[in-house]
Amino acid sequence: MSDLRLGFHAEGFPRAERRVEAPPQGAGPRPWDLDTPLAQVGGDHPRLEAPLKVSGQARYSYDVRFPNLIYARLLGSPHANARVKRLDLSAAKAHPGVLYAEDLSRGGQIRYAGQAVAGLAATSEEALCDALDLVVVEYEVSAPVTTIEAALAEGAPAVQGSRGNASPPKRQGDLAKVAAAHATPGAVVVEATYRTQVQTHSCLESHGSVAKWEGDELTVYASTQGTFATQGSLARALGVPASKVRVITEHMGGGFGSKFGADLWDVFCAQAAKATGRPCRLMLDRAEEHLAGNRPDSIQACKFSATREGKLLGAEVRALGTGGVGGGAGVANPMIYRFQAEFSEQRDVATHASRARAFRAPRHPQGSFALEGMLDELAEAIGMDPLALRLANDPHPVRQAQWQRGAELIGWSQRKPSGSGAGPLKRGFGLAGARWKHNGRPGSAVLVRVSREGQVEVRNGAQDIGSGARTLLATLVAEELGLAPSQVSVAIGDTRDPAGPASGGSTTSPSLAPPAREAGFRAKRALIEAAARGLKVSPDETAGWDLVGGKLRGAPKELSFAQVCALLPTPTVEASGRGEREDFRLPRYADEVAGCQFAEVEVDVELGTVRVVKVVAVQDCGTVVNALTARSQINGAVIQGVSYALFEERLLDPHSGRQINPDLLGYKILGALDLPEIVAVPLSVSNGITATGVSSLGEPPAVPTAAAIGNAVANAIGARVRSLPITPDKVLAALAAPQEQKK
Amino acid sequence: MKSDQTSLQSGEEQPRGGYSRREVLRTAGAAAAFVGLSGAAAQGQEAESAEGDPWRGPGALALTLRVNGKAHKVQVEARTTLLDALRDRLELTGSKRVCDRGACGACTVWIDDEPHNACLLLAIEVEGREVTTIEGLTPAGGLSPLQTSFCQEDALQCGFCTPGMVMSCAALLKRTPQPSDRQTREAIAGNLCRCGTYPHVLAAVQRTAGGAK
Repeated sequence: MSDLRLGFHAEGFPRAERRVEAPPQGAGPRPWDLDTPLAQVGGDHPRLEAPLKVSGQARYSYDVRFPNLIYARLLGSPHANARVKRLDLSAAKAHPGVLYAEDLSRGGQIRYAGQAVAGLAATSEEALCDALDLVVVEYEVSAPVTTIEAALAEGAPAVQGSRGNASPPKRQGDLAKVAAAHATPGAVVVEATYRTQVQTHSCLESHGSVAKWEGDELTVYASTQGTFATQGSLARALGVPASKVRVITEHMGGGFGSKFGADLWDVFCAQAAKATGRPCRLMLDRAEEHLAGNRPDSIQACKFSATREGKLLGAEVRALGTGGVGGGAGVANPMIYRFQAEFSEQRDVATHASRARAFRAPRHPQGSFALEGMLDELAEAIGMDPLALRLANDPHPVRQAQWQRGAELIGWSQRKPSGSGAGPLKRGFGLAGARWKHNGRPGSAVLVRVSREGQVEVRNGAQDIGSGARTLLATLVAEELGLAPSQVSVAIGDTRDPAGPASGGSTTSPSLAPPAREAGFRAKRALIEAAARGLKVSPDETAGWDLVGGKLRGAPKELSFAQVCALLPTPTVEASGRGEREDFRLPRYADEVAGCQFAEVEVDVELGTVRVVKVVAVQDCGTVVNALTARSQINGAVIQGVSYALFEERLLDPHSGRQINPDLLGYKILGALDLPEIVAVPLSVSNGITATGVSSLGEPPAVPTAAAIGNAVANAIGARVRSLPITPDKVLAALAAPQEQKK
Repeated sequence: MKSDQTSLQSGEEQPRGGYSRREVLRTAGAAAAFVGLSGAAAQGQEAESAEGDPWRGPGALALTLRVNGKAHKVQVEARTTLLDALRDRLELTGSKRVCDRGACGACTVWIDDEPHNACLLLAIEVEGREVTTIEGLTPAGGLSPLQTSFCQEDALQCGFCTPGMVMSCAALLKRTPQPSDRQTREAIAGNLCRCGTYPHVLAAVQRTAGGAK
């Protein structure tokens, strides 16, 4: 078999390619490369479920209704550091309409405000609200710690008993080598401390589920990004076999990393349903939703060095972060760039705050903000253009091209020396890089069923987190069968169907694409076999036959797709594809997914307000399957990044530990009036990796936005805000700082 | 609306087993004033006197709601929001409950052709008014040109904000068939999208307006 040609040939980019030896071909399809003509893959395909979503017909977990449905809620502690002395459910239980009540204050120790102490279920939400007020709880209240600094102070209240509030440091790299790099003659050394805030996922559909038992079989309609993970964790918590639990997620209203597996509320909901013999719904309210996951904050003390010519020398990072009672803090810093020596030391600090969870590109936006800020500070110190510094130190072949393309699209040549603009409205430009792994994983299976009537159905049990999994499956199968994606129906989000991934780490598309293509490929072979039988041709003579453009090509007689299907020997034919380990180890063009972003901002130096004018986001995701939804993913990641950079921050009252902004008014996320112009450039890289070359997209463009904005603000005003979000008070404080601290 | 309900429950004036009309109307008026609907509260009061019933609540009330051109008899409490009445009583679940405080627009419906947050209205306030939800806006067996544009421009990801977005954009196009980009942004300023579909929503409105030329 001939070599594969990998690389990229895209408008606006230099052509780049490399030949690699094609893997030995088994029964599966030949991997796509630059020479593969693709009819559907890479086009703009509206989502298959879009008509349901725009008409209000899409059924989310929150919308699932049954006769006799009951409603459940948890009661949270108003105190962040307390012990439950007494809990009395008798009045609540006696309230009309209340059917089930449970003391959930196991052990009695409260470690964050809002931690559940009891659960109730009732026939109406109104009865439930009234009954929650009747639960009597007596607490022994202690002072909480809500910040890293307070938790590390001498005599601070212990969050996790005798373990101490700070975890042992995780160290990477070689400090001695970094010290030697810093000491390089002529080296410029920059030291600064960067801070990032706690961001909550703020999924529009809150966490929760509807549980319904029939005998000993449980069906759960869960708002989850992991149907199978929810099935397993719920079965374990309830002590029933996983085979008795079915999880259905037809549509889900956002997860962003906060919705893996069953939570306490899902377990309670299922128990209430079991105890009452009635279907039960428990969806968190908005204040509770802010407790159901967050991106930890960070304090990153950085010491970086470079030569005067712009070669990066040492990167030294000491980071602290709090994931509340859950740990999981940490930053991806350093990353992307080639330093002569690196060292990082990271510690988790426990505080009386709700638990952090994975949040779109965990660790990365935080690390990026500090890393890219430090690079710009070095560039400023040695008088080098920040773009030139990146180009000189970035080893990734794809990102090298992306930097150049992004610079053209933003108009980088208009960038002026920092703080040099006239007048109160100052423009600035900034940039930052993105990385991610090729995160496709084995273990998923896709089923394709073709009927004699010509219907094509694709099934997989994973959910669609909003990236368009249905359309991805349809497009890949349609490509193999010579159809349009709209001619393929897709069923997803039901654990009765073949295994699929949880949507974490940007794994869904790269994990499902290879088995989807393989299933389509096998269905095609079955159809060609049927056609050969119908046309009385030996199966050995069908090597050149193919399904293209709705027709069977290469056969002695051209048949339409419908005519081929009519020749099937059975009413339906099924084919499946399974992602095996070796399917994800094919030769590749580059080891990571690359991206970069450029931001243009306007800062009012009298008011301190920052307006993001434009963001250019160039992003590689391997093979682009659907350019329309790929642009959506990139736009969405940038928008979340702008929101993180300028607006979002979970604020805790240090005295009570309660959230001061537990809603969507005080917790501000970006709205349409704050929207910058966004130029989203998905770069399709023929990357190998698997037979489809599809890689990760959801997370990488969420990495660099805040960092690019931070750098653009510094360029605009000639002073650096090293703390997110970049609010007017911080801008004015940076401008007022003495000259030597500004830079 | 839990805190409001709590304050009602502990209200000092509780003649005849519960909530005084004044208390209920004070809450209703507060909610209505918040969205600039003081007229609705007044209407609610009139409707009530017309029925000759001096008490509203605390139990379930029989109301007639006009939704999507049809009259529906529902049993709701005085404190039940229009949103909850639509979703849990009438099973019209296209309007979403997200913030329940008028911050996000996911529950946007039309009251007499004006977009409003259904979570900020009590069901009793809209008696006698015409309520249109996303289900009523959608043509039977198809989609409106705006909805089709939403699909084509991929103006949705998880889709949870989408019905509210469509309601706000449809109201805009009704009063301003050729909106500027700025007018569209203002029309959806109260509709939050966590996935970040705004640029695609703007494009969908432009596509629809272009098609209407």
